[in-house]
Amino acid sequence: MAKTIVVTSGKGGVGKTTSTAAIGAGLAKRGHKTVVIDFDVGLRNLDLIMGCERRVVFDLINVIQGDAKLKQALVKDRRLDTLSVLPTSQTRDKDALTLEGVEKVLGELKEEFDYIICDSPAGIERGAHLAMYFADEAVVVTNPEVSSVRDSDRVLGLLNSKTRRAEKGDGEGVKAHLLLTRYDTDRVTRGEMMPIEDVLEILAIPLLGIIPESPTVLRASNVGMPVTMDEASNAGKAYEDAVSRLIGEQLEMRIQPEERPGFLRRFLGRRA
Amino acid sequence: MFGFFRQQPRRTNSAQAAKERLQILLAHDRSDRARSDLLPLLQRDILEVVRRHMQVDSNAVEIKLERGDDMSSLEINIEVPDAQPRQAG
Repeated sequence: MAKTIVVTSGKGGVGKTTSTAAIGAGLAKRGHKTVVIDFDVGLRNLDLIMGCERRVVFDLINVIQGDAKLKQALVKDRRLDTLSVLPTSQTRDKDALTLEGVEKVLGELKEEFDYIICDSPAGIERGAHLAMYFADEAVVVTNPEVSSVRDSDRVLGLLNSKTRRAEKGDGEGVKAHLLLTRYDTDRVTRGEMMPIEDVLEILAIPLLGIIPESPTVLRASNVGMPVTMDEASNAGKAYEDAVSRLIGEQLEMRIQPEERPGFLRRFLGRRA
Repeated sequence: MFGFFRQQPRRTNSAQAAKERLQILLAHDRSDRARSDLLPLLQRDILEVVRRHMQVDSNAVEIKLERGDDMSSLEINIEVPDAQPRQAG
């Protein structure tokens, strides 16, 4: 049965879109039919991170308003034939999203895909609410930083109250996972950054993965390639582990070593 | 500490790719903004014209767009039913 997963955080800039793209591509690589949906109406960016921005014709809002068929709005990935992107509108505002419209689109997608990954906008307003409302599971993206952890806690509260699963009240709430991003082992060692254990103690949800702070992430976004399509990178490996856990594999938690160019390499200049 | 090495920032290939992708995208974003309904309207009008002559299912229309540097291409495929008459969906 199709599974709907929201990637959310409350706070902006913590890596929701990067994580959506990486998880989507990771699932698709394993052969699961996967669609990633951008819920950030007016600030479309998932298409850019997925590298399909030049091929966007219609969007989620066009489909909701009946101006285009769902099939016409889905952009198929050129690298993975199991992966599609449903972009959002760059010009409309968030009021164009309706609960009924989103439910209908997700219902149609469920017939075709195994995994539906919803990229939530920052904040807790309409777009974020609708992105999480129909979710079966949630990936809560968090940086080891005070405001991010606080916002994640707030989002966890909303997942437990303002979603369809929560409203049904049959005990089967949205299953939330913590994805810790931009983790810097050196700074943790120096006592400048909260260690994983502390974040876990505060948020008290299962850990899906630890993504190290890595130059790969910016490089991947520069060229429009989900991080998991770069198999050699440490962030890519960390996301691959997270994807494995998401589909139920038991995997030991490991922190990928940082990619740090040696002094000589730094001196001689870096290569892309 | 590494300020010395950063005095002449080297532009890596991926940074260049980022700039080029943004330039193309933003040029289209800025010009599309005034006409956000262009494609749905275009689709409606084309279907209307085709339907004057044959029955076409609105699900059988595929529109592809490729935004380019100098020019973009718009590809519209309409699946036309076989000779036997059929009711449009």
